[in-house]
Amino acid sequence: MEFAEHIKTANVEDVVLRQPLQPPSRGTLCITGHHLLFSDREESDSRQVLLLLRNIDAIEKSVENLTGYSGFFSNASHSERMSGSSGTITMKCKDLRVLQLDIPGMEQCLNIAHSIETLSCLDCVSAMYPFFYRPVDLSLPEQWGLSSPEMHYSQMKELYEKWRLSTVNRDYSVCPSYPPAVIVPKSIDDDTLKKAAKFRQGGRFPVLCYYHKKNGMVIMRSSQPLLGANRKRCKEDELLLQAVIEGSDKGYIIDTRSMQQAQQARMTGGGFESKSFYDRWKRFHRQMERGKALQESLIKLVEACGDESNNMDRWLSKLENSKWLSHVQNALSTAGLLVECVERDGHSVLVHGSEGTDCSLLISTLAQLIMDPCCRTMEGFLGLLEREWIQARHPFQQRCAHSAYSHARLQQESPVFLLLLDCVWQLWRQFPLALGFSEALLLRLATEVYASDYGTFLCNSDQERCALEVKERTHCLFRALLRPTERDYYSNPLYERTELAIWPSVHPQSLQLWKGYFLRWTQQVRHLEEAQEEIRNMVIEWGKLARS
Amino acid sequence: MEHIRTPKVENVRLLDRSSGQRKASVGTLYLSATHAIFVENNPETRKETWVLHSMVSSVERPPTTSSGGQLILRCKDFQIFQIFIPQERDCLDVHASLARLSRPGVCACKYSELYCLSFNPNVNKEEREESWNFIDLAADYKRMGVPNNLWVATAANSEYRVCDTYPSELFVPKSATPAIIVGSSRFRSRGRFPALSYFHQDTLAAVCRCSQPLSGFSGRCQEDEMMLQALMKSNPGSDYIYVVDTRPKLNAMANRAAGKGYENEDHYTNIKLQFIGIENIHVMRSSQQKIVDVGEMRSPSVTDFLWGLENSGWLKHIKAILDAGVFVARAVADEGVSVLVHCSDGWDRTAQACSVASILLDPYYRTIRGLMVLIQRDWVSFGHKFSHRYAHLDRDPKEVSPVIDQFLECVWQLSEQFPCAFEFNERFLIAIHAHVYSCQYGTFLGNSQKERRDMRLHERTHSVWPQLWKDRGKYTNPLYKAEQSQSQGVLRPNTSPYCFKPTIEPSLPELSLYSYML
Repeated sequence: MEFAEHIKTANVEDVVLRQPLQPPSRGTLCITGHHLLFSDREESDSRQVLLLLRNIDAIEKSVENLTGYSGFFSNASHSERMSGSSGTITMKCKDLRVLQLDIPGMEQCLNIAHSIETLSCLDCVSAMYPFFYRPVDLSLPEQWGLSSPEMHYSQMKELYEKWRLSTVNRDYSVCPSYPPAVIVPKSIDDDTLKKAAKFRQGGRFPVLCYYHKKNGMVIMRSSQPLLGANRKRCKEDELLLQAVIEGSDKGYIIDTRSMQQAQQARMTGGGFESKSFYDRWKRFHRQMERGKALQESLIKLVEACGDESNNMDRWLSKLENSKWLSHVQNALSTAGLLVECVERDGHSVLVHGSEGTDCSLLISTLAQLIMDPCCRTMEGFLGLLEREWIQARHPFQQRCAHSAYSHARLQQESPVFLLLLDCVWQLWRQFPLALGFSEALLLRLATEVYASDYGTFLCNSDQERCALEVKERTHCLFRALLRPTERDYYSNPLYERTELAIWPSVHPQSLQLWKGYFLRWTQQVRHLEEAQEEIRNMVIEWGKLARS
Repeated sequence: MEHIRTPKVENVRLLDRSSGQRKASVGTLYLSATHAIFVENNPETRKETWVLHSMVSSVERPPTTSSGGQLILRCKDFQIFQIFIPQERDCLDVHASLARLSRPGVCACKYSELYCLSFNPNVNKEEREESWNFIDLAADYKRMGVPNNLWVATAANSEYRVCDTYPSELFVPKSATPAIIVGSSRFRSRGRFPALSYFHQDTLAAVCRCSQPLSGFSGRCQEDEMMLQALMKSNPGSDYIYVVDTRPKLNAMANRAAGKGYENEDHYTNIKLQFIGIENIHVMRSSQQKIVDVGEMRSPSVTDFLWGLENSGWLKHIKAILDAGVFVARAVADEGVSVLVHCSDGWDRTAQACSVASILLDPYYRTIRGLMVLIQRDWVSFGHKFSHRYAHLDRDPKEVSPVIDQFLECVWQLSEQFPCAFEFNERFLIAIHAHVYSCQYGTFLGNSQKERRDMRLHERTHSVWPQLWKDRGKYTNPLYKAEQSQSQGVLRPNTSPYCFKPTIEPSLPELSLYSYML
């Protein structure tokens, strides 16, 4: 991939950059294969802005020809005719920042705009910046990621009696979206797994994702069973689930679709576990929004946050109309239901929707945060994300190609991961002491998932990552975040471990707009950040006093 | 006590609905002259719940069921208690007693039944008298640099001769002679002539307040015009003043038909008239009722909740009040122009706008003592009608309105926006709110300084401020640092709608336990 062919103008002098919360500055703009670099001309305190092109979601350009010629479409591109012209490029970023560049010279402006448009949405993964990112203070890791299914299993001694690590998927042939090793009931052999996999969409047969040490109950995850219109059944799938609740009277299935949606899925070959074949499983249906509807919700909310009409009724009705907070409420209460089944009711649960790569991950992640204190430390949380989202495969590449500003036609985009972060923020706000990490970590993740120096969120599955050698050729974000300097910044100064489950309130008045993210570039959020900074300083002071 | 027929009922179950309690606790209910007291049977906790009669806004008795009678107590601080009483007879008695005790003065409109007149904390006479000197308004004016060569004290209202709802000590422009003051007061509703609320030393501009002029369609008054001229002259840095009419323009115009209205810009030289559009007390009362209803919905969806919030209009009103304060503060601090604020009578919306402006202009009012001083000045002393607005006595329900509630919510919204700028925390605001309604202290009793003097409240009751000051440890915001940039100078809030927290009334706790299986 040659980036140069997309760059006609690499340098422009005398550009004015306008960005939120800062006065406009004048300086030089450079464009490279992956970045926009702006450095201002002030000799004394020179500032630089480095922006990943990948971060740019949409651009708008307008050019003005001061000499009176309006036809920049005409072929005559005489430089003297262009001399009085200028242009403005507005860049709307995936981290919700809006930047504006005033560029002298119409031709230069159009060249820059063209480069941004092309380079910001290149499809070729191996040409993306993480493959080029080589900071001096980091060497490419021996081990990529925090853990692996093998390590995870070996650390969980409680599992050994009833569960085993299966490598049936070692060459990704049984389920292309699963990692090579998964945890399954000990009594189920690999042949049974292979057959059960054929009965589940995309081969995602039920696997263990969480073991609750307090009572030995588990959370399983899968995709929908492929019953189809003529209600096929699969003995091996039934056996597998039977083995999960061996020794218990029943289990629960949480289907993240409504009953009606689940029934309709049969027409296209899918379906749900029927009472007659899975008689010891009780099903709950909780309709969760996904896909396009969720993306549109995000677009509406971001649009509402940018509305400057200053009218309270209009704001409240737009906030309501976006439905974003309803999705937050829905996700938290479905996760609450899952925890209620496992922790209070003492039974194992299987979670799935249709593909089992979006909402299932969302609620199993939230449920683990709610009930397991080990998931609430910074390592624990990043490890949880790695297991549930990276290894168990959320298709990041498809879901996060664009964010709220893009004019591109929506394909597979959906902000499920952002919804997760918002829900975690709600937990953090309701339980300010219970989580070991701070809002800053959530904000960092929300940025990195859309545009990153690191390879963590590249690709759609483990298989794809192996094919592109992501693990050998890029740096891992999670490992970088756990370096001492970064860890201090992202830790929660008020953290106090609690063994109890942190039951979130899902009452609408307990749920709030995540200002830190959605109003990130307003002055108001700066005041809230100052308050967080103050808390951090006070805790450090107290620590010193306590030691002396 | 004559109103209590059954002072003690056993095996009563109590459910504190506002705290999200799901299971009622069993215990004994006692009725005293001042409180309903519930003591849990559970020998380990023996938790006591005290409900002051004067905090009860309504007692409802739903139909009796097989398990006995029940009462629903709604309190003025938005607590809701559900009480289950096994015997219907007892239930009727308790209902009758509570209904009577929670409405003091129902027959005679007298203050003597109020709690503060029987409330007797363990302090001696000197301490009580001293408590009334705890907040010294003269000292605060001195702090602002008043009197000076621009503003002087006037004796015109001593013995409340000119205006019986104003305090006796007031500051006016140096050039305002007694004749001008008296003349101007005759041209203003209830005689509430323009007087100083806050003087901004940095720009020498001032915030002044009054009531609407009795201008009708064409009336004018030379003294009143001279008064406004004097206001303008008392600010050497500017050759005009803003007159802020906090009402919607339509309401102000309608008042002209009744011989009242607003200043005609042709008659007054050098004024700029500005309407803000804060709604009247009746609109606010119904808005509050709507938002309380939203808070009481059992398991609302986010859509129901946000729709209810929008429909109540509550946040819109809060925003209008903050916008009024921001306008005044900007004029004074940024433009250096004095502002005269009024509404109709100049004791509700005017008090809101002036006190919000002071909070924004002067960091002192963002401290614990400063907020006390501010409330004492702009609300208590300038004749905000506490007894009417907060239904201390059972009188005209049309006079009731959550005016100071709204001011306190404005302060709370500001403190949410600037978490390090206020010395006090949310609990302080809630405590003030409770005392405005509780009648435990004499501070917020009556409708004016004159009424309080006539009732000899200083001799018969205690002031709330020293008590709150004593408890200041509870009310301190640990993030506050006087020297920090956020705490200093003029506060410049963002009043874009998204900056308002859609939380219902600060005192409503969040429900924490919820069954997700529902």
